[in-house]
Amino acid sequence: MYVAVKGGEAAINNAHRLLADRRRGDRSLPSVTIEQIVEQLGLAVDRVMAEASLYDRALAALAVRQARGDMIEAIFLLRAYRTTLPRFGSSVPVDTAGMKVERRVSATYKDLPGGQLLGPTFDYTHRLLDPSLLTDPPVDEPERRSTPEEHIMRVSDILAHEGLIEADGEFSEDHQAGDLTREPLEFPMSRDLRLQALARGDEGFLLALGYSTQRGYGGNHPFVGEIRIGEVEVEIEVAELGFAVSLGRIRVTECQMVNQFKGSSKAPPQFTRGYGLVFGQSERKAMSMSLVDRALRAEELGEDITAPAQDEEFVISHSDNVQATGFVEHLKLPHYVDFQAELALVRKMRLDIEAARKGDRGELQEAAE
Amino acid sequence: MTDLATYNFAYLDEQTKRMIRRAILKAIAIPGYQVPFASREMPMPYGWGTGGVQVTAAIIGPQDVLKVIDQGADDTTNAVSIRAFFQKVANVAVTTHTKDATIIQTRHRIPEHKLAEDQILVYQVPIPEPLRFLEPRETETRKMHALEEYGLMHVKLYEDIARNGRISKTYAYPVKVAGRYVMDPSPTPKFDNPKMHRSEALQLFGAGREKRIYAVPPHTDVVSLDFEDYPFEIQTFDKPCALCGAENVYLDEVVLDDKGSRMFVCSDTDNCEDRREHGHVGAMLAPAKEAAE
Repeated sequence: MYVAVKGGEAAINNAHRLLADRRRGDRSLPSVTIEQIVEQLGLAVDRVMAEASLYDRALAALAVRQARGDMIEAIFLLRAYRTTLPRFGSSVPVDTAGMKVERRVSATYKDLPGGQLLGPTFDYTHRLLDPSLLTDPPVDEPERRSTPEEHIMRVSDILAHEGLIEADGEFSEDHQAGDLTREPLEFPMSRDLRLQALARGDEGFLLALGYSTQRGYGGNHPFVGEIRIGEVEVEIEVAELGFAVSLGRIRVTECQMVNQFKGSSKAPPQFTRGYGLVFGQSERKAMSMSLVDRALRAEELGEDITAPAQDEEFVISHSDNVQATGFVEHLKLPHYVDFQAELALVRKMRLDIEAARKGDRGELQEAAE
Repeated sequence: MTDLATYNFAYLDEQTKRMIRRAILKAIAIPGYQVPFASREMPMPYGWGTGGVQVTAAIIGPQDVLKVIDQGADDTTNAVSIRAFFQKVANVAVTTHTKDATIIQTRHRIPEHKLAEDQILVYQVPIPEPLRFLEPRETETRKMHALEEYGLMHVKLYEDIARNGRISKTYAYPVKVAGRYVMDPSPTPKFDNPKMHRSEALQLFGAGREKRIYAVPPHTDVVSLDFEDYPFEIQTFDKPCALCGAENVYLDEVVLDDKGSRMFVCSDTDNCEDRREHGHVGAMLAPAKEAAE
């Protein structure tokens, strides 16, 4: 006997309880602390902050812990919190030339003012699992530079001296930076909104799209002009004071791609820019972002739009992993009302075809007789 | 550790509610037109009713009585979850009775009981654009709506007939609202389309991920697209509900065993329970009743 399924509420409560149990795992082991996640899983924290568009290491670590290490779930948690926060102003554009640089590499010059600084990179590690990390061996203090820090000029400024690279895009004096979390999205987008969308876009999606441009789908001949990672000052203009005050420092990764450009009806031959800026330390994301940013400038530069990475509506509509995961995963919600409608239709169509076949056979038989 | 915020009544802050209410008012003023709005990130996933939840949050007041259904049922897990959300953040009265509700949030169904003028039906919408499956670009479909260029949709329906002998759209069946905009009624079965026509209740549609709100004001014409020689028809069922004996309602098919036995029961659980309370008995319950006597 069929009994209408009741008790969704109890089922949900029990599921949450089981989830909490699985999150905690073996109770005989100490629980991982927020401080441990911030300190030892820092790049996971960085990714969550970047794609949630909220710079708060402790809250991002809390989200990672609550999400059992599921990055998109953690990003979602932090975003859902961010959306409730009041917006009280826009910062002054961050000056990355004034960055306290920890890493800075350029692929376009052998040596340059400020030098090449490797910083904390995986780049030249041999990817051999380190058995010593199965325990907790002592780790040496890092080597610090003894000379006072110098101003490290941006590679794009070096090229700009010669007029070889296009100027940074110009916005009118009264241009207010857009915010796609506060305004409805419309196409075509201005570049500031597009960069915002890319900065919070899914790392994997942007990586794949950036990769596709390298493999011939909308290629733009990129060179890494510069990648720099370090701390920058965030300042905000206070109307009552009439000058900018510092809110503090944040760590960011900036990538400036320098791209060949043969010139078009709209612009002379010169190097063009692709730009990436991401919270925390994430070179992969910043580089992918700058490749995709450049690809998306195809229309502005009068290039043919032939590849997915150049298609703004396609890229931006699908770059948000919280939206994507929600809609993909909603397929597991009940759809039985619609499925019932489809069932009835398919049954009816099959009956029609069967009847038609029988009819044909009847006619054939008659003809044979 | 940073202090976490406490939440406003119905979760959204008042500025956001105002923004959503403006979009709703515009939507009511232009029936069937999709109004872009700055959809917020909600604490439930996109695709799980964030648009409907934002619309409900923007219109709900402390005096309202809320009903939430999914697939016509009050006890499906996502309906339970959304109802619990509003109980928590707005502390409003909730009900499963269609008649008692002032706001009904729904996914995939319109209640069988006729709605009245003091009620609002809020639909959760996954893809608000009826032309999306014919043209994936938003920039194009907006133009098509602006120019009232719906030929493509009629060609699609015609091709259906040419290939299958009938219009094979069974849910999210496109409608024309107030003689102007072609609108997606959300993935409700086409069985429910006639209920939208000149409904006394206000109908609001929220699509969170796609950032669109649209509306059908009370007493507005909602006409399902069709052809003179292939008129629109709704689904019919061979048998009445096995539990309450209702006819001319939408039924769910329930598989009873692995030998192909099936039963058909009301999709609208409130309607079914109400009928049973009033003494209606379906085939499945009748023998049990006789045996008890």
